[in-house]
Amino acid sequence: MTLVAARGLTVRYGGVAALTGVDFEIGAGEIVTLVGPNGSGKSTLLRAVLGAVRPTAGVVTRRPGLRIGYVPQKLAIDDRMPLTVRRFLSLPDRHGTTEVAAMLGRVGAAGLETRQLIALSGGQFQRVLLARALLGAPELLILDEATQGLDQPGTAAFYQLIADLRRETGAAVLMVSHDLHVVMSATDRVLCLNGHVCCQGQPHVVTAAPEYRALFGHGTHGTMALYQHEHDHAHEGCGHGAAAGSEAHPHAHGAKPEAADA
Amino acid sequence: MLDDFLVRAALAGIAVALAAGPLGAFVVWRRMAYFGEATAHAAILGVAIALGFSISIFAGTLGAALAMALAVTSLSGRGLAMDTALGVAAHAALAVGLVSVSFLSGVRVDLSAYLFGDILAVGRTDLAVIWAGALAVLALIGWRWTALLTVTVSEDLAAASGIDPGRERLILTVALALVVAVAIQVVGALLIVAMLIVPAAAARPWARTPEAMALIASGIGAAAALAGLWGSYQFDTPAGPSIVVAASCAFAIGLAAPRRG
Repeated sequence: MTLVAARGLTVRYGGVAALTGVDFEIGAGEIVTLVGPNGSGKSTLLRAVLGAVRPTAGVVTRRPGLRIGYVPQKLAIDDRMPLTVRRFLSLPDRHGTTEVAAMLGRVGAAGLETRQLIALSGGQFQRVLLARALLGAPELLILDEATQGLDQPGTAAFYQLIADLRRETGAAVLMVSHDLHVVMSATDRVLCLNGHVCCQGQPHVVTAAPEYRALFGHGTHGTMALYQHEHDHAHEGCGHGAAAGSEAHPHAHGAKPEAADA
Repeated sequence: MLDDFLVRAALAGIAVALAAGPLGAFVVWRRMAYFGEATAHAAILGVAIALGFSISIFAGTLGAALAMALAVTSLSGRGLAMDTALGVAAHAALAVGLVSVSFLSGVRVDLSAYLFGDILAVGRTDLAVIWAGALAVLALIGWRWTALLTVTVSEDLAAASGIDPGRERLILTVALALVVAVAIQVVGALLIVAMLIVPAAAARPWARTPEAMALIASGIGAAAALAGLWGSYQFDTPAGPSIVVAASCAFAIGLAAPRRG
């Protein structure tokens, strides 16, 4: 079942196009990752999906009553408003004390209820944002570089939690992430964005596509190979990647993508 | 009891303070001080219109304040640089209002009553209007409280929760125009914004939650209204400015106090 669909989505900010003619949809329980360089419209697509930005052209349709949990890239909380973690987690919907405590424990932020939001560290704040998104029992979880400020174990635990949640609740996940190696192993579909949809498909298909390589270089692919070991895949799944079918497909199986990243 | 002009003045001051508390908190959180100035100054233009067309002052100020607030809101929606535009709008409205009043022939108008308030002249009908307006503002903000807070924390988070930020902005705009219309007689157009932001800013050090800040702001505002009236009576000072002086003292005390949250 489709949760959100965009057709011909175009968003302009003061005459500058952030997205042009994007077709996109996400179904129940699907994990979709957006990749692309800075300024490629990833955050804009997320914000259009959740309804925070109005399309200049095209339409975005959300399933009526869809519950969305959103973890923004950044949230400017300043000193003028006193706000405890507990109060923040109940905006806009109230949640019980035990429910809040359990969720904070789950995201690794146990016991922060009475702390002021502005007094949190970057990593704690990120976890609290995730807790808030999850408390609404979302059918679609939207994560915009949600692991910012988390250390490496924290990042790994974060993606594990997302995978667990999908299994438990069947929530779909739409995320922007720069943790390419982790993301590629945990995602159903990758959408490569650069103002328009460059290519999309299963991770191993996208990373082999010339459009993707043009943006990220071949080095990234070496990193992918640490996680993907199928040798007999076809490439026709990708939008305009027809030419990729005949491409040689180097695999690096070493512990490091060695010189390939240079 | 209501026969005593001082009692009526005190009740009027308390009504404005109660409504200004929560609304003032939003003005502080959302950096709407200049927006408030523009709206309040437009009320002087409203006074001119009311006198010129012989309609009630309340209707004139409410209409002008609402028109200005809506105009400014629609401008801000288009992403214009707001500081300058608001600064121009605020002072242009005041100047145009003052000039317009001077054109009115026949009536000799004492504008200082509208610029600085005339709380000691509040009559029974005025008092009823002021309380009705103040309660309407409190009801409006109370009804939308959670949504308003969410939008103030983050418009994107609000949108994700199905709250329309534009609608909540409109609620605040209407509430602000209402407060301006009821407060102009109490503290005057020039000091209305002070009644909004000074008690809220004074409340900040004592509050750990937004709700506490709004309630404490109302309390500080009401206390300032009483203290200001008392001072005005004792020292024969103008009542509206005396109320703002009292609120400013509360702010100064808060600066010295250790923060709770």
